[in-house]
Amino acid sequence: MKSFFESEAFIVAFVFLAYYLATRLQKRTGFILLNPILVAVLIIIVFLSVFKIDYASFHEGSKLIEFFLKPAVVALGVPLYQQLEKIKKQAIPILVSQLVGCVVGIVSVVLIAKAMGASKEIIYSLAPKSVTTPIAIEVSKAIHGIPALTASVVIVVGIFGGIFGYTIMKWTHVKNPVAQGLSMGTAAHAVGTSRSMEISPSFGAMSSIGLIVNGIFTAILTPYILQLINIWIPL
Amino acid sequence: MIRQCVIIFGCLAIGELIVAVTGIKLPASIIGMLLLTLLLKLGWVKVGWVKGISDFLVKNLSLFFVPPGVAVMLYLDVIEANFWAIVVASVGSTVIVLALTGWTHQILRKSKFLNGKRSIQDV
Repeated sequence: MKSFFESEAFIVAFVFLAYYLATRLQKRTGFILLNPILVAVLIIIVFLSVFKIDYASFHEGSKLIEFFLKPAVVALGVPLYQQLEKIKKQAIPILVSQLVGCVVGIVSVVLIAKAMGASKEIIYSLAPKSVTTPIAIEVSKAIHGIPALTASVVIVVGIFGGIFGYTIMKWTHVKNPVAQGLSMGTAAHAVGTSRSMEISPSFGAMSSIGLIVNGIFTAILTPYILQLINIWIPL
Repeated sequence: MIRQCVIIFGCLAIGELIVAVTGIKLPASIIGMLLLTLLLKLGWVKVGWVKGISDFLVKNLSLFFVPPGVAVMLYLDVIEANFWAIVVASVGSTVIVLALTGWTHQILRKSKFLNGKRSIQDV
């Protein structure tokens, strides 16, 4: 039986099943904390622990699904193309605010984590925490963080931003609708974007610009920002 | 469907090639994304050619993060040891990003110098 549970076919089917159940649960309850990724991951971890299946055997099957992160990032080129006209009209405010968001996001998370005594490995894993998971994972791999830790932090950051983002912006006087949508995508990636979509499609569209542009900036700049911080304070 | 796969995986493969040849510090998938955007912009690829597969991939993006998420079980001890650093840094930084991105955008939008007459109407 154990060898069946370790077969690629079973693992692929089980990942789909866990994710399907998790999405159903969220639809049923409408509870934002029950993020489908989080729930599916929990279901799988519990299953693996109960049946004593080690991570290496699970990964043999699950990497078949994980691979599709890469073409999925490529596919984000389509919404990016569809937003190009909007980006052009406000090119400078969008690009500059994204650049600020990207740099501030990386520098602040690195410095706070360092101040709280986190190890280098952890700090590097947190650096790309604001951007969408496929990009964050690729960045984390490139800078020798722990991609799995990055993935979980990204998801938690997204859920936090999705739930509290608009309240935080109210407190901090971010009032302009375009700025609000943009900030949500910059800080809370896809989860923030889906929250913005609930408010209105135009909030959602701005949010997806934030998600994509900050994703690109973070992918390009993270290694260099870390190098610069390292000169100043060795991590 | 096959043409869609050729375009998406083709962009990804060229991204890998560019990374291998230039040693650039960027994920191949990001280069593939920019390449796809460029091809669409130039009109060499039509949105309709890739719509089906790209909608499927983008709509189900969350599914693909489940396997890397599971790998967190390997690092539970690392997380436990750094729990508060991780939580405070992520939450604190997220609040800072929300505020500063919004402020920057609000200030720049108001600047007539940058936006000319269009700034008010383009919401």
